[in-house]
Amino acid sequence: MTTDTLVAGELPLGERPDYLREGRTVLSWLTTTDHKRIAILYAITITFFFFLAGAAIALVRLELFTPNGDLFSNDTYNRLFSFHGIVMVWFFLVPSIPTVMGNFLVPLMIGAPDVAFPRLNLMSWYINVIAGVFTIYAVIAGGVDTGWTFYTPYSTMFSNSYVLAAAFGVFTVGFSTIATAVNMITTVHLLRAPGMTWFRLPLFVWSIYATSIVIALATPVLAISLLLVIAERWLGLPIFDPARGGDPILFQHLFWFYSHPAVYIMVLPAMGVVSEIIPCFARRRIFGYQFMVYAIVAIAGLGFFVWGHHMFVSGQSPFASLIFSLLSFIIAVPSAIKVFNWTASLYRGQITFESPMLYALGFVGLFTTGGLSGLFLASIPIDIHVTDTYFVVAHFHYIMVGGSVSAFFAALHFWWPKATGRLYPESWARFAALLMYFGFNLTFFPQFVAGYLGMPRRYATYPPEFQVYNVMSSSGAAILAAAYLLPLGYFTWSLFYGRKAGNNPWDATGLEWSTTSPPPPKNFDHEPRVDHDPYDYHPQGASAGIGSRPVHQHERDLR
Amino acid sequence: MSDTEILQEPWARVSRQREGATFGIWVFLATEALFFGALFLTYAIGRIENPAGFVAAGRETDVFYGTLNTAILLTSSLTMAVASQAAAEGEAALHRLVVWCLGATVLLALAFLVVKGFEYREDVEKHLVPGRDFAIVERGAQIFFALYWIITGVHAIHVSVGIVLISRLWIMAATRRMKVEKNPQIEVAGLYWHFVDIVWIFVYPLIYLPGRATG
Repeated sequence: MTTDTLVAGELPLGERPDYLREGRTVLSWLTTTDHKRIAILYAITITFFFFLAGAAIALVRLELFTPNGDLFSNDTYNRLFSFHGIVMVWFFLVPSIPTVMGNFLVPLMIGAPDVAFPRLNLMSWYINVIAGVFTIYAVIAGGVDTGWTFYTPYSTMFSNSYVLAAAFGVFTVGFSTIATAVNMITTVHLLRAPGMTWFRLPLFVWSIYATSIVIALATPVLAISLLLVIAERWLGLPIFDPARGGDPILFQHLFWFYSHPAVYIMVLPAMGVVSEIIPCFARRRIFGYQFMVYAIVAIAGLGFFVWGHHMFVSGQSPFASLIFSLLSFIIAVPSAIKVFNWTASLYRGQITFESPMLYALGFVGLFTTGGLSGLFLASIPIDIHVTDTYFVVAHFHYIMVGGSVSAFFAALHFWWPKATGRLYPESWARFAALLMYFGFNLTFFPQFVAGYLGMPRRYATYPPEFQVYNVMSSSGAAILAAAYLLPLGYFTWSLFYGRKAGNNPWDATGLEWSTTSPPPPKNFDHEPRVDHDPYDYHPQGASAGIGSRPVHQHERDLR
Repeated sequence: MSDTEILQEPWARVSRQREGATFGIWVFLATEALFFGALFLTYAIGRIENPAGFVAAGRETDVFYGTLNTAILLTSSLTMAVASQAAAEGEAALHRLVVWCLGATVLLALAFLVVKGFEYREDVEKHLVPGRDFAIVERGAQIFFALYWIITGVHAIHVSVGIVLISRLWIMAATRRMKVEKNPQIEVAGLYWHFVDIVWIFVYPLIYLPGRATG
């Protein structure tokens, strides 16, 4: 039904600039308050940081090709993986889907002309850039070697690297994410179009909303823990120094009180993306919409109470470990509900394997693997056995890279036509998606085995019996690098030579598809009204053709 | 002056914009609560692990300056509340009251920082900065004073931000470049200012009262 009204509403529109052509100068981009343009600004910065941190880890994987340290000193090696972790977590993963996709899509999906505080939105991008400059300065000055976790007392008393600049960079970028979160929460509460009730919100909006709440409540604790590190290191104010009555373990509690919820900051938006894409390419309503919503909220809430499972070997009370272990098992329940519901949404669907769908299905598989290995780690005896080994590295990369990064690429491919008005070469995109899935598994699956056999993380050298796993891993990383570079190429190509996408190339539901591609500066020519539930594929009473298959697929099959 | 002067993108109505501004600042204050909450947690752990050190150190703080500042800050909360309520009334006749109260809030906030400055100078003279020539020998006293400097420092930064926000509104209102009636910005600044004051109500007993109750 939406498609019908949209086609009718599209006809009388004459010439009017879309958001990309509204102003053509660089200054018009740097002073914009349009949420879509700010999303593009974010896309550019996080792409930069993604490849920067990717280059650092490429060097690490090169070093690990052989058991001996042939390329770098241990010191350089420590600085490389620390830089990789810090930049990937705070300058790519945390901002990726919320600031790029969330900024671009949330107002469009709820039928709003912009976010609630457009100038704050622009400011948060500038803060992000300033924070990035500090972090890059830390690297140019000589790097930081604490790992992304900044554990005390090493970071406060012993490390001879540029901890201050890096910690200050991360401290600052927190303000940027908090500003975006405040914006998103207020936008969802107060700017929904008439008829867009809470239970008609697309699951992507729900996931960004829940993520924003987690960001707003967790990030300030990270800010304080880094502020205390800065105060101790820079001003000599002891907080974590045991010799003067301080408690270094307290840092771990503060840090993980942020950093475990941060895992959900990184993966909840990815779940939202997948919940949009799977119904579209299965031509089915999402299975159990309300349970999907409750699961999102449950994960966001429970995520605050499991941080202690990072500290099973820190000497914390065994009773605390017991409770944290139990809660960590419990959080697997809503995660499993989501996986089952995605799978059930496919049942009796008319599934097609367009590139966004390939990435999304890849997400489901990799997230499940990562989640199941997470259950191993929630169990105290196994966790003690594999603490600080490559098993942990493999586990969180399955969630972060296999999950979040796959979903980010899924989102890029799904909404690229909406954002740019152009189609990319589909066969290249499918090839890249499959390559990424293959490269990812080749990189990280052997790390489960190596870690279980006892290979510790964060060392430049390792016993020769682990070489076979590391060679597999490093080769996989090379394939993965190619799979990440490919989209950069064909997306750029499509900007200039891609076919015009039309308003709704996937024949998807959702308000963002009812406006033009690219959308006009204020998103909609008329304020949209919503009178049906989300994922209205196969609406009741519609003729047989509508909602069944995307038009362009018909065309392709007829050729 | 009409409502359209206040109305900004992307809002359709001023009432909705006001609701949005208030809602946004409440979410931000939730963030701030966790920010100071983490500091207070650190204080709690430090005090549980070093009870004697915290008592000995608490005695060295200047309770006169602390109490004076509490009075100043709470009075500024009163003037801010009056400004916010007067603006919300939407009566043009209350414009002068709003201007006066905003001005009083700014001056009281500045007075707070001045008193704080005197107190800091005295603390430095009494060797209460953690480090080699720190005055108190009890274990854990350095932790107390590290937290003293960090908590009051972070709070003073919040006060300074408040001064900038409220001064801007004061100048704009006094020169009639901004309409104060039903302007959401005044309520937003007010909510922020009350939060800064509430934090101080927690800071005061934690910093100035340990070691003083039982002599």
